[in-house]
Amino acid sequence: MIVAEAKPLEEILESLNGMSRILIVGCGGCVSVCLAGGEKETGILASALRMKRELAGEPLQTAEETLTRQCDPEYVQQLAKKLEGIDCILSLACGVGVQFLAEHFPQTWVLPALNTKFAGATLEHGLWEERCGLCGECVLGQTGGVCPVIRCAKSLLNGPCGGSQNGKCEVKPNECAWQLIYNRMSQLGRLERLMDVAEAKDWSKSRDGGPRRVVREDVKLDG
Amino acid sequence: MEKRDSESFNPKIIAFCCYYCAYSAADLAGSLRLQYPPTVRMIEQPCSGKVDIRLLLQAFEEGADGVYVAGCLEGDCHFLKGNIRARKRVNAAKKILDKVGIGGERLEMFNLSGSMGPRFAEIANEMTERILQLGPNPLNLIRTERVNTGEEGDHK
Amino acid sequence: MAEEKGKLQNLFEQGEFVVTCEIGPPKSAAGDGIRRHTEHLKPYADAMNLTDNQTAIVRLSSIGAGVHVLAAGGEPIIQMTCRDRNRIALQSDLLGAYSLGVRNVLCLSGDHQTFGNHPGAKNVYDLDSIQLIKSVKDMREEKIFHSGEAIKRDEPRFFIGAVANPFADPFEFRVLRLEKKIRAGAQFIQTQCIFDMERFEAFMELSRKRGLHEQAYIMAGVMPIKSAKAARYMQKNVSGMLVPDWIVERLTKAEDQAAEGVQICIEQIKHLHSIPGVRGVHIMAVAWEEIVPEIVKGAGLLPRPQERRN
Repeated sequence: MIVAEAKPLEEILESLNGMSRILIVGCGGCVSVCLAGGEKETGILASALRMKRELAGEPLQTAEETLTRQCDPEYVQQLAKKLEGIDCILSLACGVGVQFLAEHFPQTWVLPALNTKFAGATLEHGLWEERCGLCGECVLGQTGGVCPVIRCAKSLLNGPCGGSQNGKCEVKPNECAWQLIYNRMSQLGRLERLMDVAEAKDWSKSRDGGPRRVVREDVKLDG
Repeated sequence: MEKRDSESFNPKIIAFCCYYCAYSAADLAGSLRLQYPPTVRMIEQPCSGKVDIRLLLQAFEEGADGVYVAGCLEGDCHFLKGNIRARKRVNAAKKILDKVGIGGERLEMFNLSGSMGPRFAEIANEMTERILQLGPNPLNLIRTERVNTGEEGDHK
Repeated sequence: MAEEKGKLQNLFEQGEFVVTCEIGPPKSAAGDGIRRHTEHLKPYADAMNLTDNQTAIVRLSSIGAGVHVLAAGGEPIIQMTCRDRNRIALQSDLLGAYSLGVRNVLCLSGDHQTFGNHPGAKNVYDLDSIQLIKSVKDMREEKIFHSGEAIKRDEPRFFIGAVANPFADPFEFRVLRLEKKIRAGAQFIQTQCIFDMERFEAFMELSRKRGLHEQAYIMAGVMPIKSAKAARYMQKNVSGMLVPDWIVERLTKAEDQAAEGVQICIEQIKHLHSIPGVRGVHIMAVAWEEIVPEIVKGAGLLPRPQERRN
């Protein structure tokens, strides 16, 4: 899932200066799973904002909505009838959702309540870690299922570097991804594969090429 | 924080009480005729772990001067770790209350067993005393002011 | 086109026990210090490494420093990390360096930027060290750029170096990775500084078993430590380096800690010289370049040999 984290309350308050009626929108997707922007977190944030503003003598009127997801037009459209008299939308979605709301409601000021962090998984309840670098050309088949692009601080494809010590990356406290790859490949009896020089990555398939698109022509309805 | 010793301050304290411990202890306190102030309104929960941050904040937003959560002694939770979750949530809510300007000291977590009638009364007294010292929930002060100056209560 | 081998390569090919040292470029825009060091060191070292923003701290560039070394009559080994430059800049800098007379390049990954004085910088790592080695080799042998496009004339013909760290993990893989670097095109190797002699000897044995000592010139890295305080600092703060406690103890007990540090270094060099497969020594006297002559003298490595040009 996309893992995000709440912005500091002070930062959110600052961005709401001068606003008196806002719509706070949570998302039932990834941010619910990582306990950052679901219905519960939306309620908590709304309450905290209201109390703080009331104490400051500038009461804030809030309406709360939590959409199934903020990255599909069908769900986002549900907000259209709730925007009357709203000074802004405060979105608890990841960066995708925030942008989607802004795109669909170009006349409305949209603000993010979260900092979007990474694509990752749950290690335990309350702990999430990055796993995928969204590089556009997956090499997991060559590294025993450990991503060298995002889990190695230097994105080495022919690692490890000389800073790997006791399974730790020189950038503490990270684990050395290449130690993990080495362990995995040894366990699976495929260590020899690591002797081939892995070719340089085509970074244009990654973020370096600008915003990417995926199309399924067989599924598109128009055209 | 001024001590509000005027009769006009009658603190409203909400106590989220776990059925297995605090509620029983309250019963026991009652049958032992132990005194504890009427300022405390108890809300029964199947487990202290049922309490979540939203609920705690809601209590303050609706005008509670103080809130506490009473759960079983650690290790004795009927649902195993409910009271541990409750403590963590109380701690997180305290931080939010500090940031917001209500003050995390108005919220507390206590652990006790069902047979600790006297402790139950002690807690109720302790919190009441604390809240008397702290004074009314600042939101209540603002709302009273607004009512007095004729403004409409627009807080929700 | 005539083979224009540099002095370093020639000395190795002659079978000499090569001595190299290191110059850390300044955090300023003046090259006079580098030239002074070069003048001072050239009778004692066959070539000198110019580090490339080591520890991710901004310093005068390795290539710039290399040109100063050339101007002062020395033989530079420029270092190229993958941290700060993409493949376009790497190749471009290589063309520039070669055109200015540089002949030796050491390819390495580079310390992570969070260690340096600009920790918020975006790192590059477009290529890793092994891909870079291969690219430098292809520029020379296949006369192509990384993209495959032909270099129509005056291709850079570098003598390619790489780093080996026998003290990093996983140990078993270190020798295999060295082999990978040599396969990719590394011709000379400089190891990270050696304190754990046993581990290094185990490393050399495994390397010899795979014939690596005959496929590349392996140089043992040493570092003279000035004081017990310096030793302790390195134990804690420098990644990839294992400074053992016995050195800290020996330095602490010594009357003249610096002299003791030199003595330890000399003992190490003498021992390393006797290990089969070790073709030279790389002396990393960080911020203590002036001590190199004493070490080289003390280790019995004078006079330095001349190149035999055919």
